[in-house]
Amino acid sequence: MRLLDYDGTLLGAAPMGVEKAQQAMRLMLLSRATDERFIKLQRMGRVGIYGPVHGQEASVIGSAMALDPARDWMVPASREHLAMHVQGLPLSSLYATYLGRIDHAAVPEGVRLLPRQQAIGAQLPHATGLAWALKLQRLRGAVMVYFGEGAASEGDFHEAANLAGVIRAPLVMVLINNQYAISTPAHRQSAAPNLAARAVGYGFRGIPVDGNDLFAVHAAAREAVERAVAGEGPTLIECRTYRIGFHNTSDNPREYRPDSEVEDAAERDPIDRLRLWLTSEGAWSPKVEAEAVAQVATEIDAAIADVNAQPRPGAEAIFKHVYAELPYRVEQQRRDTVTRKEDVCP
Amino acid sequence: MKQLSIIEAIRAALVEEMERDPSVMVLGMDVGRLGGVFRVTKGLAARFGEERVADTPLAEASIVGAALGLAIGGMKPVAEIQFLGFTQQAFHQIGPQLARYRFRSRGRYPTQVTIRAPYGGGVRTPEFHADAIESQFVQVPGIKIVAPAFPDDAKGLLLQAIRDPDPVLYLEPQRLYRAIRGPVHNGDPIPFGVSRMVRDGTDLILIAWSAAVHLCLEAAETLARTGASVAVLDLRTLNPLDVEGLVAAVRDCGKAVVVHEAPLTGGFGAEIVATLQQEAYGDLDAPILRVGSRDTPYPPGALEDHFLPTVARVVAAARATLEY
Repeated sequence: MRLLDYDGTLLGAAPMGVEKAQQAMRLMLLSRATDERFIKLQRMGRVGIYGPVHGQEASVIGSAMALDPARDWMVPASREHLAMHVQGLPLSSLYATYLGRIDHAAVPEGVRLLPRQQAIGAQLPHATGLAWALKLQRLRGAVMVYFGEGAASEGDFHEAANLAGVIRAPLVMVLINNQYAISTPAHRQSAAPNLAARAVGYGFRGIPVDGNDLFAVHAAAREAVERAVAGEGPTLIECRTYRIGFHNTSDNPREYRPDSEVEDAAERDPIDRLRLWLTSEGAWSPKVEAEAVAQVATEIDAAIADVNAQPRPGAEAIFKHVYAELPYRVEQQRRDTVTRKEDVCP
Repeated sequence: MKQLSIIEAIRAALVEEMERDPSVMVLGMDVGRLGGVFRVTKGLAARFGEERVADTPLAEASIVGAALGLAIGGMKPVAEIQFLGFTQQAFHQIGPQLARYRFRSRGRYPTQVTIRAPYGGGVRTPEFHADAIESQFVQVPGIKIVAPAFPDDAKGLLLQAIRDPDPVLYLEPQRLYRAIRGPVHNGDPIPFGVSRMVRDGTDLILIAWSAAVHLCLEAAETLARTGASVAVLDLRTLNPLDVEGLVAAVRDCGKAVVVHEAPLTGGFGAEIVATLQQEAYGDLDAPILRVGSRDTPYPPGALEDHFLPTVARVVAAARATLEY
């Protein structure tokens, strides 16, 4: 499914108005600028490790914008940074993870968002369970869960999708196929060229979309959310995109893919495509872009300053939130640790 | 007071909690119409409906993972894994996910989930159905581990498990399911982290949990015939561990043997011994011996008597300790 051609020509009905598309454009610019900033901070030794979204912005933002944050839930994997922000996570909380302020990184009360997941695919059964809880309590809403084509090889994908089909969970599974799981290409994950088709095996709908086409992603996601809320069960959306950036700051993609492949993918850049359409609508110009880029930089500066103003967590933080109440021995360890007493007893 | 089997006591706790709190639900394989392979949940689907007593696909990881999501969404799920051995198929959802979710979310999402699982040998099961792998979960911070040995504890500890704000792995001694009956209180949950002296004695203490407690009681009876006064301490919960109760009990006797169904090496008995030698060294009159299963894979049922701890092995270890 494609709605915006590479040259920005609209191939069908636009799923959003000009104003919303401008907002999406700004979010995509914010996403890319976040990548640039955090890669720089990592190179300066101020951030441990960072995985850029570069190339996948339309998949991440187009889908997230289809949710109603007051009603629907989002269950991220780990490369959907700006989706989490769209769902209501303040930018400074998003950045706090990378800057070591673990408590500031927590999802605030009232934001229907789960934490990032580093165990590939493990969030999928959680999303099915959460969607099940909505259904059991007759709560209107949908759950959107993100994962990649690598996660689609995990048993958790199968179990979560299968259960979601059986209980007709109000679930939208967004598979962001960025062609690489670290270095392993998609054709080594599966012999099937169409991962969306797997949905048939679970008794629900699967839709492949051009993941670099914000409109196609958004239209498919919005329809899937509407169907979920209406009780019509889960949908699997495969967003076919390309990870232009590296897996993370410790990765060197030149060891496993030719530059020409990346250059070719960059020709299909999702931001370029939306910019062309907005420009053709008279709703974007180099001047508007320059203002948006400056605005985004200011937002990033402010969010980073906000994180840096938070206290650095100390030893106490590792004992917080392990249990509702610490068991005897762990409480002893906590006391020893916070008082820096050498631990000679249990 | 009613005399119930362990199965009836567990069922009574589930019924009470489901009546008390509409967010409590049961999910698992065959738990609905059939009432579970051991019939623990028999009658629950008819009473509370098939939404609250839900049969799931045969897929352990999604049972646990979905329970986590259900809890985040406002339910209080009690997930049944048909046999503890099959939690291996869900371990990644229990240890790194369920147990850590409160921590990872910095308190935003506590996961009030109970996982019930029968375990333990002595009933000639097929492979994997008897594996005592509880010590694997002891290495997982964030999840509580409960292992009752009597109907009254089975009920009271399950009430606590369902109400507890942390995830709980509730281990059911399958060989005792229908083998014993006992008085069961109508009443309050039993707090975690409190061991119970189930037989008094002054010469030596046998320390155990779950079905091994009954092995110890038999051994204590045998030893009593030759004049030894042997106590039996039932830990009831492994996490939290009743360190103070354990130390106090051993101080009184000075001699102890730990008995468990898990393979010996790396079993939770090692943790008990380490704790006691650190906290009660001066009061010990003999090294603490351990009696566990052999460090081999669980054998076919016909051979399990060679593998599991037996009364004779417990008696032998106790005698060696008494004579030290």
